[in-house]
Amino acid sequence: MAKIMLDVKELSTKYITRFREDVYAVDRVSFQVEEGKSLGVAGESGCGKSTLALSLMGYYFPPLHYMSGSIKIDGREITSMSPDDVRRNILGAEIAYIPQAAMNALNPTQKIIRFIEDVIQAHDPSKTRADVRDMARKRFEALNLPADVLDKHAVELSGGMKQRTVIAISTILSPKVLIADEPSSALDVTSQKMVIKMIFDLMRDGFIRSMIFITHELPLLYNVTDDIAVMYAGQFVETGPAEQTVFDPIHPYSRGLMRSIIVPEAGARSQKLEAIPGTPPNLKKPPAGCRFAERCKFASPQCRASDVAFTAIGGGRGYRCLYPEERLREVYAHA
Amino acid sequence: MPDATRDGARDGTRGSELCLSGKGVTKVFGIGARRTVAVDHVDFDFRKGEVISIVGESGSGKTTLVKMLLGLTSVTEGDVFFMGGRRDISTRRLKTEYWRGIQAIFQDPFSSYNIFHKIDAVLLDCINMRGGKNLPKEKKTEMMSEACGFVNLEFKELTNKYPFELSGGQMQRLMIARIFLLQPKILLADEPTSMIDACSRATILDMLLNLREEIGMTIIFVTHDIGLAYYVSDTVYIMEKGRFVEFGGADDVILRPSAEYTRRLIQDVPKIHEPWDFTKRASKALAR
Repeated sequence: MAKIMLDVKELSTKYITRFREDVYAVDRVSFQVEEGKSLGVAGESGCGKSTLALSLMGYYFPPLHYMSGSIKIDGREITSMSPDDVRRNILGAEIAYIPQAAMNALNPTQKIIRFIEDVIQAHDPSKTRADVRDMARKRFEALNLPADVLDKHAVELSGGMKQRTVIAISTILSPKVLIADEPSSALDVTSQKMVIKMIFDLMRDGFIRSMIFITHELPLLYNVTDDIAVMYAGQFVETGPAEQTVFDPIHPYSRGLMRSIIVPEAGARSQKLEAIPGTPPNLKKPPAGCRFAERCKFASPQCRASDVAFTAIGGGRGYRCLYPEERLREVYAHA
Repeated sequence: MPDATRDGARDGTRGSELCLSGKGVTKVFGIGARRTVAVDHVDFDFRKGEVISIVGESGSGKTTLVKMLLGLTSVTEGDVFFMGGRRDISTRRLKTEYWRGIQAIFQDPFSSYNIFHKIDAVLLDCINMRGGKNLPKEKKTEMMSEACGFVNLEFKELTNKYPFELSGGQMQRLMIARIFLLQPKILLADEPTSMIDACSRATILDMLLNLREEIGMTIIFVTHDIGLAYYVSDTVYIMEKGRFVEFGGADDVILRPSAEYTRRLIQDVPKIHEPWDFTKRASKALAR
């Protein structure tokens, strides 16, 4: 049994808006990621994917607030730590986060090496500039990034190179978990491929030991991660190995997502695209019962009656639907 | 004028008449040492009723070409032909007339609206432009409701609101409602789905293709999403550094690419059924 790097149990977080309204953005999310593995999170915009990423770091600042649940990184509980403790000992060192617009975060007046210095010295003030340069050069070489980038400014780099540099900077302390939130969606396909290749290199060389990858692009997720979790309205509605989740989805929402995929492959033109009607619910007042019932074409009145529990069905798979798996498959066969 | 080597993807488009074409269309920015050729002598023939895609990466000159086609920026060299004749947009009046025939949807719905105009005004403008200025008020409301209904929006909920009160997806759909009212002959869609997620993308594409059936217009998609281009279009043009490196029927270009650049572009897109280069999944997919 491989070591579990990230163990999340029943994590719930909420936003408190300036009108003092609660928005329940992450609702009782549980999952585990083993060493050397990666979990992909899929879902529409506004389903709570990015909020989940923020919540996983254990460092909460308004309007985001922690409610309940546990996050263990390599066996160490981080939700009970003080914010300062988390910032000093967890962020960057144990868990690294790459937000969507990471490449725009580089201060244009500083050289790349200064950012690396910042990261390293924040955790270990005894490191000198020479140490930092040495570490940075070694890491850049291992990742096939040109070392002269270190003495350049952000504006001199292309979009793809900037993004790869940011990833290299944020993983310089070899964190146990990397959270990548749409790291490649602002890039064109060629740069995207290079970013993904670099993430694989990081994983292979043990510079990161597990990864959460967030995107709404399923073909990308399918190619990058071992497992996929489908998120809807703040909850995980289906989890499982990537292969099965994509080709054999159980939950009606996952099925809907898979049917909106477009890829340039033979046969893609004859396939009918299906869109899920409607929009995700407002999480200020999450609907009672199944949150997807409103948009589900297979929903019955019972779906809206009571909360739906998450059912594990073995093989690492699970889903959140009132109907048993066989019943759903039957319905799909006739749809 | 039609070139024998160019084939329309479907039999129906092969012989049909040209609606927009260009010969040696070029755009140069700057002079001297700073001279940049953004679009370099491109030729194209877009036929009536066709769905065309222009695919290229960032910096390939797609958007400059769109601006030239819309008459938003001048053409440095070359000719654009519209509906059989040379395009003349030298005066304000001619330009307005041209825009009755060609309309656009842009990438960012948030910056496509005048924030000081209510949604009613946006839609009324469209009706007026189509010569419906003197219609009775009820008739106008009916037309607006119909247009909103077409894109799954409720006119009653929109009236008296400002565009910024809507979500991104709703704004983009309202853009399509505008097109429904304007009924242009050609629609230029410049990355219409790159700012929305995969699921809403399917909705928007469906609506555009339905609208095309309804009013029989030509749609030109300009995109970097090669999967989208393959799915929607009859003819695909691949653009690299201001030139078309390849064009033809969608199946020909995407499944049997002849240009090196096209091949690389397709290779770089993550796929589901075929392997994607270096990933773990690649070996698995090959074994299957």
